[in-house]
Amino acid sequence: MRKFWIFTPFVAFIAMSVFLFKGLFMDPSKLPSALIDRPFPSFTLPSLYEPDRLMSELDFKGEVALLNVWATWCPTCKDEHEQLNKIGLEEGIPIYGLNYKDDPQLARAWLERYKDPYTKVVVDQEGRLGLDLGVYGAPETYIIDQHGIIRYRHVGEVTEQVWQELKGLMEIIAAEEEA
Amino acid sequence: MIPELGTFATILALCLTLILSTVPMIGAYTGNKLWVDYARPLAKGVFFFLSVAMLLLAYSFQTDDFSVMYVAQSSNYNLPWYYKISAIWGGHEGSLLLWVWIQAFWTLAVAVKSKDLPIEIVGRVLAVMGMITAAFLMFILFTSSPFERILPNPPAQGADLNPLLQDFGLIVHPPALYMGYVGLSVAFSFAIAALLSGRLDAAWARWSRPWTSVAWAFLTLGIALGSWWAYYELGWGGWWFWDPVENASLMPWLVATALLHSLAVTEKRGVFKSWTVLLAISAFCLSLLGTFLVRSGVLTSVHAFATDPERGVFILGMLVFVIGGSLLLYAIRAGSVKSESTFAVSSRESMILVNNIIFTVACAMVLIGTIYPLVMDSLDLGKISVGPPYFNALFVPMMSLMVIFLGISAFSRWKETPLQLYLSKLWLPAILSVVAAVITHWIYSQSIEPWVLLALVLSYWIVFTWGREFISRLRHRDNVIKGMTRQSRSYYGMMLAHLGVAIMIVGVAMVTIFVEHRDARMAPGDQIEFRGYTFIFDGAREVQGPNYISDMARVRVFRDGELYREMFPEKRLYTARGTVMTQVALQPGFTRDLYIAMGEELENGAWAMRLQFKPFVRWIWLGALFMTAGGLLAASDPRYRKQVKREAAQRQQVTE
Amino acid sequence: MKILKSLPFVLLLWSCMTLASFETYEFSTTQNEMRYFKLSKELRCPTCQNQNISDSDAPLAADLRRELHRMIEAGYKDEGIIDFMVSRYGDFVHYKPRIAPETYILWFGPFVLLLGGLSVVFFVSRNRRLRARKAQEAVRETVDVAPSVEAADLSGGLSEQERERLERLLQQDK
Repeated sequence: MRKFWIFTPFVAFIAMSVFLFKGLFMDPSKLPSALIDRPFPSFTLPSLYEPDRLMSELDFKGEVALLNVWATWCPTCKDEHEQLNKIGLEEGIPIYGLNYKDDPQLARAWLERYKDPYTKVVVDQEGRLGLDLGVYGAPETYIIDQHGIIRYRHVGEVTEQVWQELKGLMEIIAAEEEA
Repeated sequence: MIPELGTFATILALCLTLILSTVPMIGAYTGNKLWVDYARPLAKGVFFFLSVAMLLLAYSFQTDDFSVMYVAQSSNYNLPWYYKISAIWGGHEGSLLLWVWIQAFWTLAVAVKSKDLPIEIVGRVLAVMGMITAAFLMFILFTSSPFERILPNPPAQGADLNPLLQDFGLIVHPPALYMGYVGLSVAFSFAIAALLSGRLDAAWARWSRPWTSVAWAFLTLGIALGSWWAYYELGWGGWWFWDPVENASLMPWLVATALLHSLAVTEKRGVFKSWTVLLAISAFCLSLLGTFLVRSGVLTSVHAFATDPERGVFILGMLVFVIGGSLLLYAIRAGSVKSESTFAVSSRESMILVNNIIFTVACAMVLIGTIYPLVMDSLDLGKISVGPPYFNALFVPMMSLMVIFLGISAFSRWKETPLQLYLSKLWLPAILSVVAAVITHWIYSQSIEPWVLLALVLSYWIVFTWGREFISRLRHRDNVIKGMTRQSRSYYGMMLAHLGVAIMIVGVAMVTIFVEHRDARMAPGDQIEFRGYTFIFDGAREVQGPNYISDMARVRVFRDGELYREMFPEKRLYTARGTVMTQVALQPGFTRDLYIAMGEELENGAWAMRLQFKPFVRWIWLGALFMTAGGLLAASDPRYRKQVKREAAQRQQVTE
Repeated sequence: MKILKSLPFVLLLWSCMTLASFETYEFSTTQNEMRYFKLSKELRCPTCQNQNISDSDAPLAADLRRELHRMIEAGYKDEGIIDFMVSRYGDFVHYKPRIAPETYILWFGPFVLLLGGLSVVFFVSRNRRLRARKAQEAVRETVDVAPSVEAADLSGGLSEQERERLERLLQQDK
């Protein structure tokens, strides 16, 4: 009995170091979305292109698409814009934009200057929609399926590598629907 | 040239530690006294070369040698000279060098102060300490050298020391804390040496005790300094955040506290030997674990050093080697240890065991809370946060229980204590502490807050029980003065430390419950009435500092219509990094602090201001200072040296 | 490369904590104000992680504080507010993990350990006592080997002073 108990500190430590080892290769700061498999939150906000037109969550239904949260004050958004242009303009993937806590004037100028990969852009000047969506740092990129359900979230820059991952996921989601 | 010499000195130190960790050990096993005798000079050599390395790094800082990457990252021409000294340990690489230098210092201290110990024990202890030093030196040389150069194009200006660290707190906090962390390696090495030699007797506990007391005192001081620094530097007025880094320092402290008490029993009564050894091993292992948690980036923390998985893997490997190895050695060797004496359920031994259980469980709780999010995440159970609400909910009841036992144990006796004795001694302090708590609480606030009342009862409980015990000791002497002088230093040390607990409890409860703050927009000329003081804002003006520009506000504080103090909170822009920092204005006092932090600038010269009233916050650190003093006083007790001499003489006789 | 990439993020973390930013909200009751400060310290800022939203300077924290203020003044209960936050930002946002099967170890583990430890103390000291008494009955030597219950009764007849003197004398023997 005593012989057994005396090994417990050793065993406990080894068990803990397994978790510590796994922890070395995880990023503790990346959070998954709390809205996975839930419908996109409802909203009524103006469109960036036609400020008089109000958009709602219904605008994000119909096909498997990306939703990109961006702003002109966000340096990483500038970094990833090139990649978004490639995805939206060259590959023809639908990308919805969510212009987050930004000046619409500046946002329009930015899209004119750096090209516009988005099919629709909603203006969330107050950050209310961002709050409902659980946005904690721009840029964030979501996958939304044809029913307007949130399926995935990526926080941070969309690089080519990230895009390949997202693309794979989007294909799986699209295939699911057909089956 | 200078930084290369630094690397060279570090390499030489590594070579010496490699010899130190092998030759005396082999000598102790084979009975080759000559080989064992090498331990002391080698320990001195290691300390010498690491001191040279430290001095060379200091030289690079003072001469602004920005071709050294570490200097370029954490210094700047305009940094005042004293911060150029503390910048040595302001980042990952340099703080590791400080760690290992302190390790060498403790090794030297053991080498010098162990004249009366059997040489083969000294050899083993120094060898174990040498192994730890060697592991850290390898870590420094392979992954984190502070002497690395940026060549051929060194920057013309350094990136500056993080403004948060440009403070008196950073000069003293890390060295004190590391003295504590590393000091625990002495008790650890004594334990490992005892396990290796198979001689796990009461003498081992006696040798470890003063070292553990000193290390514990420094650890207490280091943690307290960190708490004080966070209090005035971060601008929130909090003194403990349950941040992973704070937890990393609290865990070894909790176990070291258990160890201090357990060593007393092992020394005096020869029981709990294998338990005490386990505590001695765990205390130091937890310091190492803390280093890993802080430096590997597995946990997000405000204090975390920049993340790099390669370093993380290296430290984890070191951890597995040192902690895993020592726990395995413990499992193999300690099983055969038997205690020769017995004690009753009601006795001082079992009281101290209860103390040990509570402190160990509190440490386990902190450990579980700290790594639970990591475990959940790696099992894909989701991301959770374990924070102050959890830790407070569990830590407070555990410590309250501990304090209740602390009071009871004042009258416990070795071997057996009749229950009637407890009853006859304790009823009076119990009633007195409740009455005194209610009265003082009512006088202070004319209301009763349950948590404050509990804290005051517990605090008085310690004072009255141990006070009564002290008085009863004096009564047995012919006169009081003689009685007082006859008590040992370690007794007074213990009393001071226990009194420190009582003081700290008051501070913690009062500042937590009775803290008040007021966030206000203040335009020049505005005045605010707050807790009996009148604060008048006179506006802010720009002030040029050595490496920052500051908006300095003047706030005049009036009490009873008379000018009481002028306070100058600041908002500083550190130009090299472009970071803005709040410099709070403090008016410290024995029963309360006034605390002013500046928020954002509003229109027309108005500012957002946060005024805080912090009752008894100083008592938290005052209590810690009492504990520190108690630990040092106990360690200085001459009986350790006398006893060791006597034992050495006895051993001599036996062998002759 | 990885280090260089993570550098801006690290700097960001630092910049998180250097300003003290706060609003000067008005509250209809002091109780609401107390609840505001309590809850703002229990909610973790998702951007400046390891800071609660009260201490954090991130714009998001300011948004959350505004939301918190609005909900408190609108009469929401504490649980309602926590649910609101958790449904958007996940369990991560609440510093007090909820009690669920996956957190049982976290919440109850320490108490199990404490009870286990205390009962070990009780049984270890009792067993040792029993063993000692058996040995003593066999030997029946002097009182100082291990004063059993009878010895304690006997010494109960001694006065306080005598007992302590005895204790001291025994101490010196060791």
